Amino acid sequence: MHNFEFVKPSTVADAVQALAAEEAQPLSGGQTLIPSMKARLNAPEVLVSLMGIAEMQGIRHEGDMLEVGAATTHARVATEAAAAFPGLAGLAAQIGDPAVRNRGTLGGSLANNDPSACYPAAALGTGAVIVTNAREIAADDFFLGMFTTALDEDEIITSVRFPIPQKSAYGKFLQPASRFALTGVFVAKYADGVRVAVTGASENGVFRWSEAEAALASDFSAEALSGLSCPADDMIADLHGSAAYRAHLVAVMTRRAVVAAS
Amino acid sequence: MPKDDGIGASTKRREDTRFLTGNGKYTDDINLRGQAYVHFLRSDVAHGRITSIDSTAAEAMDGVLKVFTAADFEAAGGLPCGWQVTDRHGQPMQEPKHPILAEGKVRHVGDPIAAVVAETYEQARDAAEAIEVDIEELEAVVDMVEALEEGATKVHDDLSSNLCYDWGFVEENKDAVNEAFDKAAHVVSLELTNNRLVANPMEPRVAVGDYDPWGDSHTLYTTSQNPHVIRLLMGAFVLNIPEHKLRVVAPDVGGGFGSKIYHYAEEAFCTYAAKVLKRPVKWTSSRAEAFISDAHGRDHKTKIDLALDADHNFMAIRTETYANMGAYLSTFAPSIPTWLHGTLMAGNYRTPLIYVNVKAVFTNTVPVDAYRGAGRPEATFQLERLIDKAARELGVDPIALRRQNFIKADQFPYQTPVAVVYDTGNYDATMDKMLDLADYANFDKRVEESKARGKLRGFGIAHYIEACGIAPSNLVGQLGARAGLYESASVRVNATGSISVYTGSHSHGQGHETTFAQVVAEMIGVDANSIEIHHGDTSNTPMGMGTYGSRSLAVGGSAIVKATNKVIDKAKKIAAHLLEAAPEDIELKDGKFSVAGTDKSVDWSGVTLAAYVPHNYPLEDLEPGLEETAFYDPSNFTFPSGAYGCEIELDPETGKIDVLRFIAADDFGNIVNPMIVEGQVHGGLAQGIGQALLENCVYDDQGQLLSGSYMDYAMPRADDVRGFVVDHSCVTPCTHNPLGVKGCGEAGAIGSPPAVVNAAIDALHRAGHTHVTHIDMPLTPARVWAAMQA
Repeated sequence: MHNFEFVKPSTVADAVQALAAEEAQPLSGGQTLIPSMKARLNAPEVLVSLMGIAEMQGIRHEGDMLEVGAATTHARVATEAAAAFPGLAGLAAQIGDPAVRNRGTLGGSLANNDPSACYPAAALGTGAVIVTNAREIAADDFFLGMFTTALDEDEIITSVRFPIPQKSAYGKFLQPASRFALTGVFVAKYADGVRVAVTGASENGVFRWSEAEAALASDFSAEALSGLSCPADDMIADLHGSAAYRAHLVAVMTRRAVVAAS
Repeated sequence: MPKDDGIGASTKRREDTRFLTGNGKYTDDINLRGQAYVHFLRSDVAHGRITSIDSTAAEAMDGVLKVFTAADFEAAGGLPCGWQVTDRHGQPMQEPKHPILAEGKVRHVGDPIAAVVAETYEQARDAAEAIEVDIEELEAVVDMVEALEEGATKVHDDLSSNLCYDWGFVEENKDAVNEAFDKAAHVVSLELTNNRLVANPMEPRVAVGDYDPWGDSHTLYTTSQNPHVIRLLMGAFVLNIPEHKLRVVAPDVGGGFGSKIYHYAEEAFCTYAAKVLKRPVKWTSSRAEAFISDAHGRDHKTKIDLALDADHNFMAIRTETYANMGAYLSTFAPSIPTWLHGTLMAGNYRTPLIYVNVKAVFTNTVPVDAYRGAGRPEATFQLERLIDKAARELGVDPIALRRQNFIKADQFPYQTPVAVVYDTGNYDATMDKMLDLADYANFDKRVEESKARGKLRGFGIAHYIEACGIAPSNLVGQLGARAGLYESASVRVNATGSISVYTGSHSHGQGHETTFAQVVAEMIGVDANSIEIHHGDTSNTPMGMGTYGSRSLAVGGSAIVKATNKVIDKAKKIAAHLLEAAPEDIELKDGKFSVAGTDKSVDWSGVTLAAYVPHNYPLEDLEPGLEETAFYDPSNFTFPSGAYGCEIELDPETGKIDVLRFIAADDFGNIVNPMIVEGQVHGGLAQGIGQALLENCVYDDQGQLLSGSYMDYAMPRADDVRGFVVDHSCVTPCTHNPLGVKGCGEAGAIGSPPAVVNAAIDALHRAGHTHVTHIDMPLTPARVWAAMQA
């Protein structure tokens, strides 16, 4: 790891200011950034920790909305969101291992937008609002492809507002080595429709499976999905599975998520 | 008194106290005054010609002491190979030079090009980034079959081809084997891959070189399973340092699985650089480096045929294997696919004719050498998969087919057609035991239970034979070994009766300090806590060969027994003098010497004190002191065997396999510490199941390692390996070592992969997927699903 300056501001405003420095990068839970720095693939001059900012911490339940501070760890979401939004808590509980869950954060995961990460499926699968220091971004506009988001340079996610669904669940099939999602599907049923978001499968990162959403809107059951298959065209093919296998898993894990949510 | 800690007791591992409390002393815990750090600049291309190396900028950087390249090692030898295989035509194998730092060419990703020594590790790494290396990239040789094609790019320009050797065994049997196939009523064939693995011990490799101008002597601290072997190879062949000026210390070692047997470039580098710089030089491998510099394991491609007569008796076996050597010959690489593989192809069966052909191939990949089991898992996998396939094709029960062809209990000693003589075994007994523990009789009910939940259940069987404690030395010398395969022990009894045992074996997790102490405690009848086991330092242990091939108790333990018997013989003479009796009348029981038929006795410490304070002592006939050394060279291998049963559930929607239960019924001969044996089997099973379901070392066609980290190389986790049932109550003692022990370290990794794969095929066939006759390991969900779709 190369040497770097480390700052830990206590307000969002100070963090934004610190990030204006040359070669500065925000550090949240560090579950991706720190390993890449250790491997010398990333060498920021200044690391701006977002973990000391009180307003970015914690979970707030208001009516049918759950707002999660961007620097809240997966472990906190897994326990503290369990009553209000069990689907989200269940997803958080499946991320990584206890060490990862105790460090990794919601905002870090969404900003990184790893194509195999779990949280993007929850954000897109609920139509969440990504709140930054500058604006609010709808999840549908936020994820722009593998490791790419709508965030501007030095823009910080401060919280995420999840509309709480009537029913929801995350179906995750583990990549055997990393235990990221080889394919993960978040299914959420609302009064006005169903959202299905798929992670781990596509070359373009998290996406909505609109055919499944349509089928489930009228009949929220595994049977409603029978015969439905996801095209393999843009699917990831690697050591752990072909494009066809991932496309197949999308259908399987969607069904399982629907069963789990029902 | 020794009943709690003698032979047969599940004594808790004494070494675990220090390991679990952070008091272990591993090589990386050794930090010497004035120590500098080395970082190796490694090739990021698989094959290329080095056109220039400019380290001017790097040398000028902060903290940099020196940048080394191959030019600094012109006087040094290459890393030697410890086994020379002779090919089918009587010619020696092709043996390329393996330089410490790349000379002219790089031959695999990870091949070290230059080494930077600096005041700190980070400075060394920074400087390595400033070295300018021009490499003219060459076509990478990755696929073994393509590597042998006419006109293939050569990994080594000075060799005639990429073929290391073409070995036939037993070559004289080849025609008879082919004739048997012509006459056979049934021929069953299988093509399979034994997947390449990375050993991944918990402790990465570390080396600390130190030079002492006072005595012009060198010390190397290293993560080794056999420090004497490293001293011999590095001193005599690489750096030209005589043994009396070279000390090699391997302190606590955190796992090896074979990968820490070999002499590596980093060891020679640190030893040499310490003298050049007059500073201790330390190297600690990162996990990423371990993937591209530790020797890999397995990587065979095989076609195997079995000939059966009309009554389903095995008539002949014929195999053709491509074995990957990687870019250079690691220390024992050539012996693995030959003498540790071909000799095992008889398995547990009376197959009269066997012919094994092995083509060892150089490729632009990391060198491949022994990994837990080493050749024997490859043999067992082929055989046990093929027998299962044969049973299916013939429509017979795979258990019955095995039993019909087993070497029966009354047929030992049994001469196989592949040179070895099995001394003892009872394969029906282990099969019976396994089926009983597996509740196999009720398996069909469990299939139905799974079916009701939409899952496919399968049961797979494998029976294995292992050859441990490879020996005797004169025979292995004829087979090409460039080392002896004995073991040494010194038993030093101290004046007050406590005992220091120095063994040439080396524990890298096996619990020798506990087990060896139990043996000596049992023999003398003293408290095991009065016995200390020392290993790992060439300056205080007699020349030993170390630990691998499940040899430590069978060979090292036997040396300890020999030395202890010498001690007891002498102690009896001292006791006879003290008791004024004839030595032949002296009996040793529970740490007390007595005169047979009398109540006259002297205890152990009375004798040991007399040995060192020889006031009342037969000085005319006997030297003072009580310390004996013994070397034990076994007359044969030992042959552990066992029946393994694996019960799995397969999710037909995703292809995912869950191991529900794994039953291991082993015959390890006599057992010294049952708890340690059980732990050894657990570890072996975890690695065998890991190979069968998860682990895979994969290169792309450019020779880039695709599975170079735990993000892509799937190690088994605790929740992947559960439901183990381990039994070792079937005992046929080894007939030729004093303890009657056979060795248990590798069995789990040898017997389990075919049991897992057979279970998967069984599950698929029971559910009607009868077109699936084989799936190559690892049986990942994606592969199983793809096989079901085909």
